[in-house]
Amino acid sequence: MAIEARHINKAFGATSVLQDVSVEVPSGSLTALLGPSGGGKSTLLRVIAGLEQPDSGTVLIAGADVTRLAPQRRNVGFVFQHYAAFKHMTVFDNIAFGLQIRKRPKNEIHKRVHELLELVHLDQFAKRYPAQLSGGQRQRMALARALAVEPEVLLLDEPFGALDAQVRKELRAWLRRLHDDVHVTTVFVTHDQEEAIEVADTIVVLAGGRVEQSGSPHEVYDNPANEFVMRFLGPVTELDGRLVRPHDIELTAEPEPGSAEATVERVVRLGFEVRVEMRLGDQDAWAQVTRGLAERLRLAPGETVHVRPGPDARTLAVV
Amino acid sequence: MAERSGVTGPSVVSKYVLRVVVLAYLLFLLVLPVVLIGWKTFQHGLGPFFDALTTHEALHAFQVTFIVALWAVALNTVFGVGTAILLVRHRFPGKRILNAVIDLPLAVSPVVVGLALILVYGRFSSFGGWLEDHGIKIIFSTPGMVLATVFVALPLVVRAVVPVLEEMGDEQEQAAQTLGAGRWQTFRRITVPGIRSALAYGIVLCLARALGEYGAVAVVSGRLVGQTQTLTLYVEERFQNFEQPAAFAAATALALIAIVSLLVIKLLQRKAD
Amino acid sequence: MTSKILETDSTGLGTPPGPVRPVARRRPPGAPTALGLGSAMIFLSLIVLIPLAAVLWKSAEHGPGFFWKSVTTPDAWAALKLTVVASIIVALINLVMGTLIAWVLVRDSFPGKAVLDTLIDLPFALPTIVAGLVLLELYGADSPLGINLAYTRVGVAVALLFVTLPFVVRTVQPVLLELDRDMEQAAASLGAGNWTIFRRIILPNLLPAMVSGTALAFTRSIAEFGSTVLISGNLPFKTQVAAVQIFGQIENDNTASAAAVSTALLVVAFVVLVTLDLVQRWGSRRG
Repeated sequence: MAIEARHINKAFGATSVLQDVSVEVPSGSLTALLGPSGGGKSTLLRVIAGLEQPDSGTVLIAGADVTRLAPQRRNVGFVFQHYAAFKHMTVFDNIAFGLQIRKRPKNEIHKRVHELLELVHLDQFAKRYPAQLSGGQRQRMALARALAVEPEVLLLDEPFGALDAQVRKELRAWLRRLHDDVHVTTVFVTHDQEEAIEVADTIVVLAGGRVEQSGSPHEVYDNPANEFVMRFLGPVTELDGRLVRPHDIELTAEPEPGSAEATVERVVRLGFEVRVEMRLGDQDAWAQVTRGLAERLRLAPGETVHVRPGPDARTLAVV
Repeated sequence: MAERSGVTGPSVVSKYVLRVVVLAYLLFLLVLPVVLIGWKTFQHGLGPFFDALTTHEALHAFQVTFIVALWAVALNTVFGVGTAILLVRHRFPGKRILNAVIDLPLAVSPVVVGLALILVYGRFSSFGGWLEDHGIKIIFSTPGMVLATVFVALPLVVRAVVPVLEEMGDEQEQAAQTLGAGRWQTFRRITVPGIRSALAYGIVLCLARALGEYGAVAVVSGRLVGQTQTLTLYVEERFQNFEQPAAFAAATALALIAIVSLLVIKLLQRKAD
Repeated sequence: MTSKILETDSTGLGTPPGPVRPVARRRPPGAPTALGLGSAMIFLSLIVLIPLAAVLWKSAEHGPGFFWKSVTTPDAWAALKLTVVASIIVALINLVMGTLIAWVLVRDSFPGKAVLDTLIDLPFALPTIVAGLVLLELYGADSPLGINLAYTRVGVAVALLFVTLPFVVRTVQPVLLELDRDMEQAAASLGAGNWTIFRRIILPNLLPAMVSGTALAFTRSIAEFGSTVLISGNLPFKTQVAAVQIFGQIENDNTASAAAVSTALLVVAFVVLVTLDLVQRWGSRRG
């Protein structure tokens, strides 16, 4: 294990932020700490980095207990949501900072920084100041700065949180590729389930200061441990007292075993997908179907359809 | 702005009335005094001005002034930066009180500052007497003048640095820490460059105040001509002794220092923004 | 410059222990904090706290009777009265003129405005004794303008007006700059005239800054020494302000009564600043 956090407790004043949190991050993995804001994920990341002291619990990095170690000596790379760019230094000096602190020879620093500049596609910007870069460029610089010291683990706190949607998407794919190239154990915090599913190979869902579930994106999405995880990872609707994903609902014109009668209230076309809003007795539900199916069934407000969870659908009883 | 004020601002007449009232007020209170300083300086050419400033007493006063000011600025800079970091980056009980105490010197008359220091460090106080018995003379000597100057200029560096530290946040410092920088390295390579302009601004402000302090220094120095006489004391002494040219030459020198400080401060303010 | 000083309260402990993810994380208290705090407190104590406490102690040493007698000797009482009355007048003139100056600097434009704007801070930078000397030269017996205010109370007031000039201007100016012009235009679109807009929209927004600038000008004014020394001529019962009176007592080695008058000055300043703080808190709760 590259990182092990054991039984971490942390409170700010009277507010408990982490309650008996244990997380294991395998070497070389790309792990997402996913959860709603205020769920404790950033605090956990900061505890791992040593920027925050846990009230109790142990942090191990590469097998060594670092709980009482200062952040300087943990050999972690940390990337902040708002970049924390050193405003008074050029891009080159920002990236070189950690190496200069470690008193590496000048020519070695020069070589390493240029490698990294190339890696993050900032070669032409070496002499610029952070203020002259775009948000995405600053974030890539911050990443290169963290990677420069060859950290044991790379920790990213909402790395794309401050960027606009388009840049965000590009950087996600880029981070995935970068991780495939560099292979450093990486943990990133996000509140965006799509981002976590797309980028990470392991997802840890944190809410209310507790770990709700951890596993591969596939596991967490398809076998949610509880209602919270199911709701947080994707859209859900309620059918006959069970939670089910709207794309797992089967719509038929005639009754089928286990199906229920529903009245179509609204049909919304979203590109090739169609969102069907229905009334089942005294409950509302919705389903996501393809355009072809919607046309075959001639779905229109006021029509009656029959609905049931599809054969492979994962459902969860509403508690 | 001028066009827009036509829509909602005061009418044209009241605009000009306001402008004239304000300009007249500033003319008599501010502009004429500045003009007078300039006129007095160059009235008889620069020669007599420099002659008056290079007498033995004047040079000595310059020397005393700068020694006291440099000590006071150095002490206030160290204290100011340290306290600003304490206030912004740390938490501890009694922070509110410390915050309020720092502004206290602004509300205290310079003369009261002098009196306060005499009561503690003067020869007739128990502490001051004890120090004097051990050969340490504070009142009527340089240390007392430094203390008085530190007192009156105390909040200037703190108040210049605090808002910039707050705005800067601590993420850059944390980033430096995760990259392996120790406390001192982080301070020197990240914090100091981050507050550079504000710190320079605070230091200039402090220096201007230190060079120009009169009341507090008048009390604690004993005004010993040729020994503890600073420039401001020299101005007053020469004036009272009807040596107007000497008084004016020194006053002009001080005014020039003030004006230069003011311009530097404005420049640094603009840079800090 | 000084305007920020009393408003910077964000470092206080006023934040409730609420947010799960505080915006600015602070380092936990530890050894370096204690060391730094200790050094700062020693420094502050040696230079500010102990000496000021000594002044209070000295004035109380011989009991309240002595204190009362010291501040009510005819010359001390006259000096205190002159100081407070003159400072009130000066503060009120500053309230009006400072606001007008700020208004003209923000809303008007004319050649030389930038120079004037810079010059406003001169009284903060100019040594007070130099200010006093220059004002005496300008408004003294040899006045090139033919205005002789030397050794008069008006002369004292002029000196005080000079040294307190920046306070109201520099507190009101930034507020005026930030003031949303849309608000005034909205009021105009609703049919409000210029005077109504000023009274109902602009003035309420400026008032807190005007009040705090005026209070600062007042506390500075009662403490002022250097600029009044020369122009007042130091005439007891006529032009002698409290700081000059205290100075005289110190020169005469009468530190006990100097301490008593000093305490009176400190109390007045303290009351004004505490009132200001309360008014500001009350105002910010409302707003």
